[in-house]
Amino acid sequence: MANMNEIQDKLIEDFGFMDDWEDKYGYLIDLAKSLQSLTPAQKVTENVIKGCQSTVWLHAEMEGDRVRYHADSDAFISKGIIALLVRVFDGQTPENILHGNFYVVDRIGLATHLSPNRANGLGHMLKQMRTYALAFQSKTENN
Amino acid sequence: MTTATQIDWQAIRADFPILEEQVNGKPLVYFDNAATSQKPKQVIDALVAYYSRYNSNVHRGVHSLSQQATAAFEATRRKVQLLLNAREEAEIIYTSGTTGAINLVASSWGSLHVKAGDEILITGLEHHANIVPWQMLCERTGAKLVVAPILDNGEVSLDAFAQLLSPRTKMAAFSWISNALGTVNPVLQMIELAQATGAFTLVDAAQAAPHSTIDVQALDCDFLCFSAHKMLGPTGIGILYGKREVLETLPPYQGGGDMIKEVTFEKTTYNELPLRLEAGTPNIADVIAFGTAIDYLQAIGLDNIEARENELLAYATAKISEIPGIRIIGTAADKRCVLSFLLGNAHPYDVGVLLDQMGIAIRTGFHCAQPVMDRYQIPGSCRASFAFYNTFEEIDRFITALQKAQKMLS
Repeated sequence: MANMNEIQDKLIEDFGFMDDWEDKYGYLIDLAKSLQSLTPAQKVTENVIKGCQSTVWLHAEMEGDRVRYHADSDAFISKGIIALLVRVFDGQTPENILHGNFYVVDRIGLATHLSPNRANGLGHMLKQMRTYALAFQSKTENN
Repeated sequence: MTTATQIDWQAIRADFPILEEQVNGKPLVYFDNAATSQKPKQVIDALVAYYSRYNSNVHRGVHSLSQQATAAFEATRRKVQLLLNAREEAEIIYTSGTTGAINLVASSWGSLHVKAGDEILITGLEHHANIVPWQMLCERTGAKLVVAPILDNGEVSLDAFAQLLSPRTKMAAFSWISNALGTVNPVLQMIELAQATGAFTLVDAAQAAPHSTIDVQALDCDFLCFSAHKMLGPTGIGILYGKREVLETLPPYQGGGDMIKEVTFEKTTYNELPLRLEAGTPNIADVIAFGTAIDYLQAIGLDNIEARENELLAYATAKISEIPGIRIIGTAADKRCVLSFLLGNAHPYDVGVLLDQMGIAIRTGFHCAQPVMDRYQIPGSCRASFAFYNTFEEIDRFITALQKAQKMLS
């Protein structure tokens, strides 16, 4: 697994080639399309992230010492945003997810659109991913 | 009298500074008027003038500024009375908005008239503001909230509405125009039906007041309410109209200054209408600026505004219908200003975000009317809502933007 900073730097590089909003949102939509959909069994209420205008589901599990994230949404752009987060955090250790530097959103030219306080729910998605990581971490420490 | 076609709409548009703004590098197209309207410079200037030249508390000072503020504050009440053709100024109560007005009625009137076993009748078209206060009243009293269903085209079933009325119905509360679909309800008929069974009536005119002439004496409803900010005025001020004989019976909603005659620790006597229902220092600046907004609307003429907006809606409806896969939500025979739709299978959120990138502001989601969206089993809709200062060219840009969004989301 590449480390979080390498993944983020690659995304920043990809977005860096795009000049206008159409390409950037197009890329986000492509990210959405390439993210594997959840099974109906995983699209349960407990996995719904609250606070988004669309429905976003996030499922997480531990694989060895790494967190695996699976996510979906009924809207492309929300799914694209969470796909971006999955790209960064999936396969990382809880420690990295909780304490690593998360900077990709500020540096891909979408920061004004994807700032965590907007209706897109980015803040809620981030929080939910970290909550999972925290839960897995404390579970490991207690074992 | 000038007619809609003779009016220089471009000159009127120039009164709205915000319409010159760029959003995401594109000229703003503002199609979220049902949420709140934009403000002409005259209204903005009225706010500045009040705070710069005669800011002062009303109803108590003997000094000149207070008298000037009081005169301007009460002048708006007179303007609202004339706007609504109410019998007297005392029938006009200032509230914080439509929501504040409905809560006042549900709380104050409700405490007097509603008990366990009674019913409150609303419709399936209502905004949350005309649902939740009644639900809260029902929870307090054991009364029942009854909902007249809507038909597939977004009209309230008048048959069902009539059948659901009974001597148990203490209040029939319904919107004049639906904020989610634009449906115009036959309020005159609904009021007559409700009165025939002895129910009180409340008309939520939040979406009607900005676009239509209102005559409360002709309607004969007990209450009618609306918000200033949807009709060129500031936020935080709304109107509750009530018939004097009904308002006089209401226990005060909130206690405090302005609403009292005499206060001792043993007993307080209350002021006359309308102040009895307006506790505390009111929203003076916004009331005064709302008066300016009413002047502005009346200078154009509400009939002209209605004609212009009907043309805009008809044009937008015809144009959007040409887009393959478009589904218009709400196709009532009588509609005003609101175009609710789905763009194929695209999620409304996606459409809203992409349109925003193109400088176009529409509303997406439930529009504070979740039961309406549930009725159609959809995850919300896209809503474009028009005002007289919008243009046909803006609608063309909106249609082009929709086509682009559709392509990106396919």
